[in-house]
Amino acid sequence: MPAPWQEIVNKIDDYRWEIPQSYKQGMSVPGLIFASESMLSHIWEENAFQQVANVAFLPGIVGRSLAMPDIHWGYGFPIGGVAATRIKDGVVSPGGVGFDINCGVRLLRTNLTEEEVRPKIEQLVAELFTNIPSGLGSKGKIRVNKKELDEVLTKGSRWVIEKGYGEAEDIVVNEEEGCMKGANPDKVSSKAKKRGIPQLGTLGSGNHFLEVEVVDEIYDSDAATAMGISDIGQVLVLIHTGSRGFGHQVCSDYVALLGEAVKKYGINLPDRQLACAPVKSPEGRDYLAAMACAANYAWTNRQCIAHWARESFVKVFGKSLRELGMEQIYDVAHNIAKIEEYPIGGKKETLCVHRKGATRAFPAGHPDIPNIYKNIGQPVLIPGDMGRCSYIALGTETAMKESFGSTCHGAGRVQSRAAAKRSLRGADVARTLAARGITVKAGSIGSLAEEASEAYKDVTEVVDITHKAGISRKVARAIPIGVIKG
Amino acid sequence: MEKDFDIVNHTADVGIIAYGADISQAFANAAKALFSLITELDDVEEVLYQDIELTAPDEKSLLVEWLNELIYLFDADGIIFKRFDITELNNTRLKARSYGERVDSLKHRLKTGVKAATYHMLKIDKDNGCKVQVLFDI
Repeated sequence: MPAPWQEIVNKIDDYRWEIPQSYKQGMSVPGLIFASESMLSHIWEENAFQQVANVAFLPGIVGRSLAMPDIHWGYGFPIGGVAATRIKDGVVSPGGVGFDINCGVRLLRTNLTEEEVRPKIEQLVAELFTNIPSGLGSKGKIRVNKKELDEVLTKGSRWVIEKGYGEAEDIVVNEEEGCMKGANPDKVSSKAKKRGIPQLGTLGSGNHFLEVEVVDEIYDSDAATAMGISDIGQVLVLIHTGSRGFGHQVCSDYVALLGEAVKKYGINLPDRQLACAPVKSPEGRDYLAAMACAANYAWTNRQCIAHWARESFVKVFGKSLRELGMEQIYDVAHNIAKIEEYPIGGKKETLCVHRKGATRAFPAGHPDIPNIYKNIGQPVLIPGDMGRCSYIALGTETAMKESFGSTCHGAGRVQSRAAAKRSLRGADVARTLAARGITVKAGSIGSLAEEASEAYKDVTEVVDITHKAGISRKVARAIPIGVIKG
Repeated sequence: MEKDFDIVNHTADVGIIAYGADISQAFANAAKALFSLITELDDVEEVLYQDIELTAPDEKSLLVEWLNELIYLFDADGIIFKRFDITELNNTRLKARSYGERVDSLKHRLKTGVKAATYHMLKIDKDNGCKVQVLFDI
């Protein structure tokens, strides 16, 4: 019997599946899912097709409502969704960014090898766990007052680097140079600020983590060299976190506010969580100004954590930062809306590109990427789950043409947290990981089961699809040897 | 009503269905369901209370705002609530007194971080008592 989705989608090729505009009345554009055939049944079962179709209702949406291969069912927008709207007559939707604004990933290199780190991994993981606040309800070690928080919100990671948390060079290899323009703290509620002050410099809980990893495959050695990755066995540090309670509150505030804007501007939506307002309306502009504050908060947060990670390595290995070569490779956002230009119907259009669980993937030569990567393209950092691997990839021209300069962001859940917890015990997960040479320290043992490999799609399958479809290309793979989690 | 609420698990999020003889009780049980996701309510004592007054454009928004206010109080002030007295509730206005205590890491095991209540699949069903459904981003 054919699967139910087979009657709906048009197969474009092995990695591209179109949901026609006729699928649901009210869609302004078709949908497009980047996936393998074997993934589609699961995507269908959890109703994510419907969500891709619902996003196609947004006024001013252009091209197609896109889904990356790590798509999974979200609220309103699917996770792994990309939608671009014209700024002249289109909308911006906080739900198209998500609650964890600028949840993202930062990657640091080291000069260390697996052989040097393995004997000290227990000590290193313990030191990282002590030095980096993590877990539900944790508070940061960095103290900011209200005035200083406003500076964080407008200046981004530069502010905290000036306080001694990191190197000036870190800013260069950071999306938006760690500071999104247009941030206005006056557009952020006092509630968001109250949540933000104590949580700056915390990893958080859930799927957020810091990972010590080892390069185990290099697919493009020239590009890897440009990123400071020279050999298999080289140790890297990956940080995955976002804007914490600050971003959550900004999103909650604006979903409520834009719910009213929907009525004011007479917008017809199939799901209230898609609440939006014209990009150029006061409500739309205010959201973007508040979102930029949350993006800057998140970059500052990752900057603090990177600083404490560096400190921990210095302490455990008794070498200077310079000797350790702990430079930042790149930092990317996974949940964000950006104003970018693309050719639409032969004309240059300014668009608001919503990436919710998707990574910007600009090609070589793009003006918005740092000089050192001009010839190779923008690094794309794709974390997997704790037990498998993560990937370093690059943006491509195909991404510019087909996916508004976007690609996948991670593995994508396939199992609910409760189902994972029911089928696995945290202690068993820790033992399995230890048997595979991965040392884990978590604030809560339950969170280990929730985030076990079994709960996720295989990140390799996800990354291979984006590679074969051409919207990003693989450079290297790394496997974890030490993980800290909230 | 035999039970106060059910938890419904989704791939990346978690939903609750809360029951009540009337809408006030369903709203109170939705709040209880929220805190049951965060910690074991049996470990929480009623040592303080907080009054909450909210307005929203409609009943569904009021439900989301109510739960988001409680998430805010947990995240910003570290308070876990376990009992909710809703003293006034109409389409656009809610008044409640919520009882609980401050988080004590020795006493309370925090289970799940709840980011926010969403409007996705939000339902208020008033046939035969009251039933409300809310999806949380966790």
